[in-house]
Amino acid sequence: MRIEEHPILGPLEKKTIVKIEVDGHTIDAFEDEPIAAALMAAGISVFRYTRKKGQPRGVFCAIGQCTDCMMTVDGIANVRTCITPVKDGMKIRTQQQSGELRTAEQ
Amino acid sequence: MREIDLAIVGAGPAGLSAAIEAAKAGVEVVVFDENQKAGGQLFKQIHKFFGSKAHQAGVRGIDIANNLLEEVEKSGAEVLLDAVVWGTFKTDTLCVTQNGKNVMFRAKKILLATGATENVLAFPGWTLAGVMGAGAIQTMINVHRVLPGKRVLMIGSGNVGLIVSYQLLQAGAEVKAIVEALPTIGGYAVHASKITRCGVPILTSTTIKQAIGKEKVEKAVLIKLDKNLKQIEGTEQQLNVDVICLAIGLSPLSELAWMAGCEFADVQELGGFLPIHNDDMETTVSGIYVAGDIAGIEEASTAIEEGRLAGIAIAESLGFLNADEAKEKKRSILDRSEQLRAGPFGLSRRQAKEQLIRRSLK
Amino acid sequence: MTLINDGVFDNKELEKLPGVPSKKRLQKGPVVVIECAQKIPCNPCEEACHKKAIKIGDSIIDLPVLNSELCNGCGLCIASCPGQAIFVVDMTYSDTEAAVQLPFEFLPRPEQNEIVDGLNRSGQIVCDAKVLKVLNPKSFDRTAVITIAVPKKFGMEVRNIKLKNGRKNG
Repeated sequence: MRIEEHPILGPLEKKTIVKIEVDGHTIDAFEDEPIAAALMAAGISVFRYTRKKGQPRGVFCAIGQCTDCMMTVDGIANVRTCITPVKDGMKIRTQQQSGELRTAEQ
Repeated sequence: MREIDLAIVGAGPAGLSAAIEAAKAGVEVVVFDENQKAGGQLFKQIHKFFGSKAHQAGVRGIDIANNLLEEVEKSGAEVLLDAVVWGTFKTDTLCVTQNGKNVMFRAKKILLATGATENVLAFPGWTLAGVMGAGAIQTMINVHRVLPGKRVLMIGSGNVGLIVSYQLLQAGAEVKAIVEALPTIGGYAVHASKITRCGVPILTSTTIKQAIGKEKVEKAVLIKLDKNLKQIEGTEQQLNVDVICLAIGLSPLSELAWMAGCEFADVQELGGFLPIHNDDMETTVSGIYVAGDIAGIEEASTAIEEGRLAGIAIAESLGFLNADEAKEKKRSILDRSEQLRAGPFGLSRRQAKEQLIRRSLK
Repeated sequence: MTLINDGVFDNKELEKLPGVPSKKRLQKGPVVVIECAQKIPCNPCEEACHKKAIKIGDSIIDLPVLNSELCNGCGLCIASCPGQAIFVVDMTYSDTEAAVQLPFEFLPRPEQNEIVDGLNRSGQIVCDAKVLKVLNPKSFDRTAVITIAVPKKFGMEVRNIKLKNGRKNG
């Protein structure tokens, strides 16, 4: 949910809308906002499943300290989505465990 | 390797205030911050600050932040963003990764103003999506303008828990309850009254027993505590919530001070394990200073004063301010800091700081 | 329950505060009610008052003391309080009503003449309130001050409002 109107911060600034793909679905996002914000605005709260027990995780600290929010972004695993800005055409995947690591050839 | 006078790690209120004072005196200053934007946690504080006119009372945190950014720009200090200082070696060298590139800096003086990290509370279900720190909630609602959920349970009734609850209401969320393990509210009564008059109950001697949900938070089970903080069976109560916010304190982020070999002390009243500093904000390692939450969990206003103090002490030690000039500037800072730490809420912090400084002199 | 246990004043605590006027003064006309009970470093209200009716002094942790003879209930101090603990009550507004000025930092803001719910300090709806005035000048820095009329007996009870039925934020 986006906060369109706010008593102190005022109306939401008009920003460029870009399209990103999350697990195959396309959603709108504001250019340069953190990936986690775009996902949260779209109602997505589970970002990955843990390595050992496959348990769901989402945002915890939102400032890049805890790594709970990691997802695979454009093929790169373990990206901290709370501090990584969105770019048009980004492909984001809910990460399963450690994600798939690229080989040197890829 | 670039050589500079003063390297400041952290562009929050303490780091920026130090940069301004030092740069104004003529010191060559570079401030490093790992974020895309400077200002630290200040930009999330949309409420009006307390204190007196000298402390910018009545001004909103966001505006104080903007003022600091303007002043820093005018002062000539350089601010490098997206710059992670990940190590310090030989106590005068900093290893920085900026925009993916590794750079080293050698500085005559280093100020660590790296702030704090949130404490966690472990309970069954605490790892479910929807359980977040208070700082995370503030970041999402006040910086990114996104609501993480609609029905929030707040854990902790210190000023952070109370203020963030109010900010959640302003953002359009419902705060179902605030729970506090102790029998009395931790933060200012005025912050509490602002939300109780909106119908938000503050439940003291209560904690969370469990968070329930398949993948994300769907319910929370609350339970009452006896005077020994033991859960009282049979007093469980369920709340439908989709966000559980942990506001149970902060701890200094002091890895760099540890790496540099600074001596630490465990001071509960100031947030736990932190580097010892003297009345010039210098640690036990000559040339390394601290200011802000890393030197003790307090508030933005005290972080600003400590930053100024460190900036002036550093300028003095580098010869950019003479002893008299420095003494006068330090005097006004000490007066303002004393006022901020006055009264019953500040007492334990004031005493702890005095003790910390005494220890550094041994 | 008391202020420190659940964030809500009980009436005895309130009456003792140096910022709360006497019942006698309340009956004379509009006057400020400063519901500030703890020694925290804070003094913008003292600075905001043009009549010098609020005194804190050099020790800024001291509670604000009201000189209710000097106060004319102008309400300029309301927006200055970072704790939003200041109200103006006029028990003489009409034969049956009291007027209350309160700080309000939410959206949507009500409109003049709108009927809203009057809430007490625990957030319970105790009466209807008619909105007399909504002030939100730049000098208040986004703390709006709303004047409402409530039945007289709620003059010292209503401290918040809620818009009726579906007029909500978000």
